[in-house]
Amino acid sequence: MKMSAAQAMAQCLLNEGVKVVFGYPGAAICPFYDALLDTDIRHILVRHEANGGHEASGYARITGRPAVCIATSGPGAVNLITAIATAYADSVPIVCITGQVSRDQIGSDAFQEADITGSAEPFIKHSYLVSNAEDIPRIFKEAFYIAGSGRPGPVLIDVPMDVQKEQIELEYPEKVSIRGYKPTGKGNYIQVKRVYAALKEAEKPLICIGGGVFASRAENEIKRLAAVMDIPVITTMMGISVFAADDPLYFGMIGMHGVKSANRAVNECDTLLLVGARVGDRAVRTPLALEKNTKIIHIDIDPAEIGKNIRVDHPLVGDAKLVLQQLLELAEADGQKDNSQWRQTLDAFRKPAVFSKAKEGTADPREFIGLLSQKMPADTVVCADVGQNQIWTCTGYRFKEGGKLITSGGMGTMGYALPAAIGAKLAAPDREVVAICGDGAFQMSMMELATAVQHDVPVKIVVMTNTRLGMVRELQTNGYNDRQTAVFLDGSPDFIKLAAAYGIKAIRVTDEDSMRSAAQALADEKGIMLVEVAVDKDYPTL
Amino acid sequence: MKHTISVLVENHSGVLSRISGLFSRRGFNIESLAVGPTQDPSVSRVTIIADGNEYTVEQIEKQLNKLIEVIKVKTLKAGECMARELLLVKVLAGADKRQEIMTICEIANAKVIDLTPTTMTLEVCDKYDHLKRFEQLIAPYGIIEMVRTGTIAIQKGSEVFAHKK
Repeated sequence: MKMSAAQAMAQCLLNEGVKVVFGYPGAAICPFYDALLDTDIRHILVRHEANGGHEASGYARITGRPAVCIATSGPGAVNLITAIATAYADSVPIVCITGQVSRDQIGSDAFQEADITGSAEPFIKHSYLVSNAEDIPRIFKEAFYIAGSGRPGPVLIDVPMDVQKEQIELEYPEKVSIRGYKPTGKGNYIQVKRVYAALKEAEKPLICIGGGVFASRAENEIKRLAAVMDIPVITTMMGISVFAADDPLYFGMIGMHGVKSANRAVNECDTLLLVGARVGDRAVRTPLALEKNTKIIHIDIDPAEIGKNIRVDHPLVGDAKLVLQQLLELAEADGQKDNSQWRQTLDAFRKPAVFSKAKEGTADPREFIGLLSQKMPADTVVCADVGQNQIWTCTGYRFKEGGKLITSGGMGTMGYALPAAIGAKLAAPDREVVAICGDGAFQMSMMELATAVQHDVPVKIVVMTNTRLGMVRELQTNGYNDRQTAVFLDGSPDFIKLAAAYGIKAIRVTDEDSMRSAAQALADEKGIMLVEVAVDKDYPTL
Repeated sequence: MKHTISVLVENHSGVLSRISGLFSRRGFNIESLAVGPTQDPSVSRVTIIADGNEYTVEQIEKQLNKLIEVIKVKTLKAGECMARELLLVKVLAGADKRQEIMTICEIANAKVIDLTPTTMTLEVCDKYDHLKRFEQLIAPYGIIEMVRTGTIAIQKGSEVFAHKK
């Protein structure tokens, strides 16, 4: 059956099972929007394209499948770049569809023309500029496959306006065949056996979980392996919430903002198994010292990550879920191991959070976050923004079994939390979703309150207000003789009134009592709700 | 240390910019890059001469392999491949110098491809080191224009570097 290429694009999304898309229209993408109107696909009108990309990112991190965002040519497309780079850094599968000026205008600096495939190239998994309408079914099939398979990531499809209007025959391909792209599945069996032997021999083994465990849906496998081999576990920021905070095997987040028990564990272990963790500079500050004293095993689906930041004794390329299943088979055949002595050594480094009395008119942000984690249901999705609030959330929120953290770990993109929360809530309407932001990051994406209201997405929002860009302020205090500059957020709105202007219920926390009632109110509320927590301007990150 | 890296890529527009962009943003030093079609019209072959240690070359290979349109990557070992580069050079040469230059050309296996009353244009196709020596021999006469293609290379013997059909 002949149809317009725009209709074929919409049909391709249906074939991929897409139910929700996030976008912002413009002239060059109008044919596609017109075609979308005739489908059941729900369109979420965002208030800025970057947020549309983050919303798709939040959605994808819940479903595990590529999510779609749409923008028009030129400024619409380039606004997406921050979201593309953010998704790339955290290996999140999103498919971005952009309009482009007509083919005869490309290269002429036409109105709203931008080379988006060229400009997104450094931080995108793959991109297409569609020059023949007949290629659309193949390109869409490939784009979803590439975004979601192997090491996931963003893929862009740029479609000139005249291409969208052409008539084509839609035959959606069943299979993908790309000769330059064959992601690895299972691990090499000989290598798997070597890795298992190394883990078994180790006296002080340690597992470090990264975001790859989520990407590969390997949460159960890693938990079972750690349990049967009795190996303590730490995570990078991206691996937080794979293990419940109170799991006796779990020792917390490593890195410059990590907890003592996790960092000591890394220093003390004799064998470190990295799973889907890329040894980023925030997580491992001194890889040279680590590789000298420790046997390193690295499981990753991306061969380029192995040996990139740290020298590895046992590389193991493959999908974490499949590789861990292979290891589990060997481990379960051997039966339960006991590393209790080593675990007890590490238990001594655990430090329960102690909170001193907050200054007059403020509340302790970490205490509030800890309280929130007691009040919220176990399967709550927490979206942490970037800055001090991110670290407070990562170290203060006590995740339970089934809970999930979503944050911009690699790129550290401020303003990510609110849109990611909206996307996550749309993907999981039955779960509670909380965005925890600072007053700096929140003001980078607070226009998305309208998106939440318009589309009735009941997210919960916490805004920590210290009227500072707190992390930079701290850097200036410690590293620049306390010469504070450009970190004062004077001129910020009254966030309670701001919420009211959107018709959103909001309360302010200024002391310990209101902290407790606010955490409870947030948990009880059915609709959208915002809680502002007044934080002392000098409150430290750690 | 210099490395010769052969890359088979999809013959699409934009592939070359993806490759060159990868080199610049990852801080890999590229000495030359040459690209052209292969016997299969859908495949182009890129030859890259890059500078770096073992770690760098491993990273280059891995990062290249991540590009969807890159089909296959191989670092050709020195001594196991034959490398060639073409050089065209315009040199100042009045009548009194022509014979001398032609003698150098004869020894260096170069050709005279154009002649004017004041200049000679020479062509030589050989290994990088040979071209370097030739350039040094010609330089005293006055090089006024020079252009090189970048190195291409192929493995010795009957073994081939190709993609599976």
